[in-house]
Amino acid sequence: MDQVKIIEIKKSVFEDNNKDADALRQELKSRGVFLLNLMSSPGSGKTTTLIRTINLLKGRMGIAVMEADIDSDVDAIKIKDATGIQSIQLHTGGMCHLDAEMTRQGLQGLELEGIDLAILENVGNLVCPAEFDTGAVRNAMILSVPEGDDKPLKYPLMFSVCDVVVINKTDVLPFFDFDLEKCREYIRMRNPNAQVFPICAKTGEGVDAFAAWIEAQVNDWKQ
Amino acid sequence: MHELGIVFYIIRDVKKVAQENGVQHINAVVMNIGEVSTIVPEYLTDCWRWAADKEDLLRGCELKVNTLPAVSYCEDCKCEYETVRYGKTCPACGSENTFLLKGNEVEIKEIEV
Repeated sequence: MDQVKIIEIKKSVFEDNNKDADALRQELKSRGVFLLNLMSSPGSGKTTTLIRTINLLKGRMGIAVMEADIDSDVDAIKIKDATGIQSIQLHTGGMCHLDAEMTRQGLQGLELEGIDLAILENVGNLVCPAEFDTGAVRNAMILSVPEGDDKPLKYPLMFSVCDVVVINKTDVLPFFDFDLEKCREYIRMRNPNAQVFPICAKTGEGVDAFAAWIEAQVNDWKQ
Repeated sequence: MHELGIVFYIIRDVKKVAQENGVQHINAVVMNIGEVSTIVPEYLTDCWRWAADKEDLLRGCELKVNTLPAVSYCEDCKCEYETVRYGKTCPACGSENTFLLKGNEVEIKEIEV
């Protein structure tokens, strides 16, 4: 029988991706491009929120969007039709998240000349995208009212990696047992530094505050 | 699905190590998985079987999982406690000013060749 030899590795599975992500952030910094990673469950209103936000910001900065999905290009077309900005679709080939290398490939598909803000709409999922740093400068996530105010308790990692939590579909608050204050408290437990923006993407209510946050972040990054 | 993505990362890493060490076949990969890493060990080993058998280097290779306990620290009373049992609240003083010390590892410990 062959002798068993042990090779010690002792390395985090995420280590390579974290390095790729840091390198990508450095490159984006030198090109003056701010990358925002937007995450959420499927159906929380990411695309509708983006359209509202982009329409508020597009006169003030160059914006491009990458839509990541397992299949289809409906989101990329929807964004392009509703805002007129550059929008491409990335297919993850069955994977439930994007990593830094996939994000880099996506950025290569964009014309970045004149772009100040690139937005990555990650795959709809509250688990995997939180574990893989995409190289984005900031992470934002959308939690919609019908999903429930207890989500920060159930998906702690997602809420702890986000700089911003957008609470969408506030127009249906009267019909759901969603306690906005309790939700804020749960988010604070996971991440005391996260900013919370309640919005209704359908009517546009509150979206200006989220857009102003993005604009300030972009200006900071470009200094 | 989440575990499958992790499996692809493990395969990429051990392939690299095998290449660097001139290894032709790996018999086992040993993982350290923290209790609160959000990885389900059974799903991980199921995905592993499916993906590893597609590679010559890893055909029949076993994925062994060591589970590491999760420990939290209370900043108010400076004590350490079991995270899974007590969660965010310190069992000694009731404070929520606590953080995870260890238990979210997803680490390749070693390979057996």
